[in-house]
Amino acid sequence: MCHNSVPVAAAGHLFEVEAPVQIPASFDYVRASTVDDAISLLERHGPESRVVAGGHSLLPMMKLRLARPEWLIDINELFELDFVLRDANTLRVGAMTRHATLLESPDIARLFPIIADAERVIADPTVRNRGTIGGSLCQADPAEDLSTVCKVLQAEAVVRGPGGERVLSMNDFHKGPYETAVAYNELLVEVRFPIRPHSGSAYEKVERRVGDWAVVAAGAAVSLASDGTIDDVTIGLTAVGMEGTVTEAETLLRGHRPGEELFVAAGRIAALASDPVADQRGPIDYKRHLADELTRRVLRRAAARAGEAQEG
Amino acid sequence: MQISMTINGTDITEEIEPRVLLVHFIRDQLRLTGTHWGCDTSNCGTCVVLMDGRPVKSCTVLAAMADGHSITTVEGLATGATLDPVQQGFMEEHGLQCGFCTPGMMLTARALLDHNPHPDDGEIREAISGQMCRCTGYATIVRSVQWAAAHPAGQDRMDEMEENAGEEVTA
Repeated sequence: MCHNSVPVAAAGHLFEVEAPVQIPASFDYVRASTVDDAISLLERHGPESRVVAGGHSLLPMMKLRLARPEWLIDINELFELDFVLRDANTLRVGAMTRHATLLESPDIARLFPIIADAERVIADPTVRNRGTIGGSLCQADPAEDLSTVCKVLQAEAVVRGPGGERVLSMNDFHKGPYETAVAYNELLVEVRFPIRPHSGSAYEKVERRVGDWAVVAAGAAVSLASDGTIDDVTIGLTAVGMEGTVTEAETLLRGHRPGEELFVAAGRIAALASDPVADQRGPIDYKRHLADELTRRVLRRAAARAGEAQEG
Repeated sequence: MQISMTINGTDITEEIEPRVLLVHFIRDQLRLTGTHWGCDTSNCGTCVVLMDGRPVKSCTVLAAMADGHSITTVEGLATGATLDPVQQGFMEEHGLQCGFCTPGMMLTARALLDHNPHPDDGEIREAISGQMCRCTGYATIVRSVQWAAAHPAGQDRMDEMEENAGEEVTA
């Protein structure tokens, strides 16, 4: 729930709305006081209820009547989900953590610079005061940046329901565009990022104007072995129709010393693996070109940052 | 439903429909029309108000979500007849032509200066990157905010400050 315009798929439907109504249809509003309270409210009101966090994706959709929940469950008072905590091997981020908080966190800037890279280009500072990491992931917009970032960092999503918690990989969490594994009576409560030694990460996005959705964006994370070779690497692309990461390029890089020739080869693979559609943001060839170029750039920066990283 | 909040320091309680957006509640129900209603898609930023001191786009916040919170609108910037330094800065440096974006610009600037009293031009431009101005081209807006940064006590004390510390007014 972070961006400052209606979702890409929603934008196409704009002209099908008969009257340009800019006020949501009627609904009942209730504010959850705890996570358990939110889950019992979801249980009670059923699939026609929706959770609102920052509201910057859901409310625009409700104004356009693309979403018409009967009940709106406001989770903005769930301060228990607003945290950035570091364990020995994990950084735990609460689902209600605002984009602005992520951007201000020194732990995140040091351990996962890819998150700070992405946050700087998500919408604008005012929208980032409201939007949350949980809302962004649950909206699951195909052009959304943090979904790619979480995949690249091999993060896990902690989802709580009436029966307790389950922990999902990002691939299991994401079911497709605008679709996640979160059931109607469940809430995403936390995202866990594994901390790896000698690692670096980076994100880069091409947008038409400040605050817009990506034309294309790429993210990469690199971990180095003690001999300087690539121990692990992940590459993710945004807004080019890819569900997973660019595994073929990752396999090519693993075990080798980071270098420009490898990055060029990885970029070429990423361009071929991408499956963009032509739209108002550009034709297919241009988007493939961006996938290639941005993959090289983020690999370069992630590898350089991994080389500088002292801390695990 | 009934909601209560603090608007510009005054506690209010009102009856609303849950679907009422904060911008309409402020303009139509409270009759505080200084907050402007622009693009309605959280792009233009003219509807910005401060919610617990942080700028938010009031076209994309429900009035119900502001229940229990503190809201500052452009009407809350001045203290009596004394303008906020940001308002004075927009006068001194011609920070507006048509004035449509001005309430959002000034509130965003106020929040920036509360957080960072001496921003550089880049930080000001970043802070207002969620607002659009179609008249001035932003240069005079940036200068207006710099004026406010250089005159934290506003016009009343400006003459005194110029006499006592010339460097303070040459940001």
